[in-house]
Amino acid sequence: MEALQAKELTLAYGEALIIDRLHLTIPKGKVTVLIGANGCGKSTLLRALARLLKPTGGAVLLDGKEIAKQPTKEIARRLAILPQSPTAPEGLTVLQLVKQGRYPYQTWLKQWSEEDERAVARALAATGLTELAERPVDSLSGGQRQRAWIAMTLAQETDIILLDEPTTYLDLAHQIDILDLLFELNEKEQRTIVMVLHDLNLACRYAHHLVAIRDKTVYAEGKPEHVISRQLVKDVFQMDCQITYDPLFGTPLCIPYGKGRHILQKEGVS
Amino acid sequence: MLATNRQKALGLIGLFILLLTAMWMSIVYGYTDTNWRQAITALIDNNGSNAHLVVATVRLPRALIAAAVGASLAMAGALMQALTRNPLASPGIFGINAGAGFFIVVMVTFFSISSMQMLSWVAFIGAAMAAAIVFVISAAGKEGLTPLKMTLAGTAVAALFASLTQGMLAMNEKALEEVLFWLAGSVAGRKLELLATVFPYLAAAWLGAMLLARHVNILMMGDDVAKGLGQRTNVIKAAAALLVVLLAGGSVAVAGPIGFIGIMVPHMARALAGIDHRWLLPYCALLGGILLLAADIGARYVLMPREVPVGIVTALIGVPFFVYIARRGITTK
Repeated sequence: MEALQAKELTLAYGEALIIDRLHLTIPKGKVTVLIGANGCGKSTLLRALARLLKPTGGAVLLDGKEIAKQPTKEIARRLAILPQSPTAPEGLTVLQLVKQGRYPYQTWLKQWSEEDERAVARALAATGLTELAERPVDSLSGGQRQRAWIAMTLAQETDIILLDEPTTYLDLAHQIDILDLLFELNEKEQRTIVMVLHDLNLACRYAHHLVAIRDKTVYAEGKPEHVISRQLVKDVFQMDCQITYDPLFGTPLCIPYGKGRHILQKEGVS
Repeated sequence: MLATNRQKALGLIGLFILLLTAMWMSIVYGYTDTNWRQAITALIDNNGSNAHLVVATVRLPRALIAAAVGASLAMAGALMQALTRNPLASPGIFGINAGAGFFIVVMVTFFSISSMQMLSWVAFIGAAMAAAIVFVISAAGKEGLTPLKMTLAGTAVAALFASLTQGMLAMNEKALEEVLFWLAGSVAGRKLELLATVFPYLAAAWLGAMLLARHVNILMMGDDVAKGLGQRTNVIKAAAALLVVLLAGGSVAVAGPIGFIGIMVPHMARALAGIDHRWLLPYCALLGGILLLAADIGARYVLMPREVPVGIVTALIGVPFFVYIARRGITTK
């Protein structure tokens, strides 16, 4: 079953072609991670999948229907997007932020219902923020702040959640914390998660489905164990590496070459 | 800051009482002091005496105009700050004052129009034209209406109209005399009919702003988040811009350009009511009305027996406030 599909998708900023006639299928109920070098267009692709960017050619399909031809508010009830490092207005509290997630359900007549109230409470509980609900978002730590934004997308109660680099600017412990949270949402509630990640090893650990972008299109996709190889890393990131296995999870682990300490020692610089 | 909805509602009632008090003081105090009882009888049972005439034909219109214009400018400022995501934005950034001023000077110079009624329409149209130009320029290009493009386009258009106005005034001194009074900005010496002409537009915009408040809250989270939540951001931005034109254009048509209310009051309102526009906008309306009424009463006493234009009083309060906001903005970053 597919949740989202890109068909002949072409994306451009002005004259600059970013993605060229790309085909992609996002499996339903799985964690999909997009990887690729800086500037390869993975974030642009994610924005297009979330209808934030209009394609110059081709289409994005949600449950088989073209996303651009459906009312944007209806899409917002089935698909949530968390952009890269969003900023809340100064002084906005966690509760106010999470409540905004109910916007797609509100109309002129129906402003705030008990169902909205329940969805907000669930989202706060799932992200462990119930205690911090009254705190201003800008007073929270980076990890808590990201949790608050994720809570907002959860309040949207969508089957699909797209996240653009949800772990940027977070330390390692908070990166794991956020990824565990998303993984749990997938396991427990079968939500389809699509995200862009920079850390290849974490991508391998958390992804059911890995998509590598290069040359404006999909270079390879599939289970990390099947997809990751020295050749792929060389082609996609222009970097030599060795591939071994994560001692905890058995997922592929990439050890990059480069100038480490022993090279400096050899040259007598240490 | 007022925390609960109950506190905020009570605050709103308190401000409303303060607004009525300020209006009352504006009617009673001035060069010819009346007293409370005289003012009441002048309004209910006017005997045509000098004191009664002052109240009914000078003071009452002045108080009503100050309240309506102050409220409108403050709401326009709050919408403008949300639209540009710039805490120092004011309706002036859309070139509204500059456009109104330019059209007034053109009409006075070339068509010798001097009726206040006509000039107020001219000002309104000029304000709308300038804002439309700014809107079209900033909507062009691939990213659409970004806060930065709106600010740049607005500043450029405002500067263009202002320099054209000055050029024309420099060449035509007779026109200068006639429009200088208008260009200073004042709520004095305007008839009630002038307010009545624009009042339907102002009232419609007040209502429109309240209906838009919820959507403005979403827009404040950034374009991508708002679009992700299913908002058609360009529709909301266009609606907000239209409201700014009605509010600020209507104000400039009645009272001429009055600065700083639009910048200052939204900050005061945020300090009291927080950032939710469903509360912020009514707080802006009441605080804006109170501030302009107070400034106008002050304007009568600064150089007694002469009066200074109220725009100068708001500037005297506004400049230090502006510096304060700018400095606070730097230190919190």
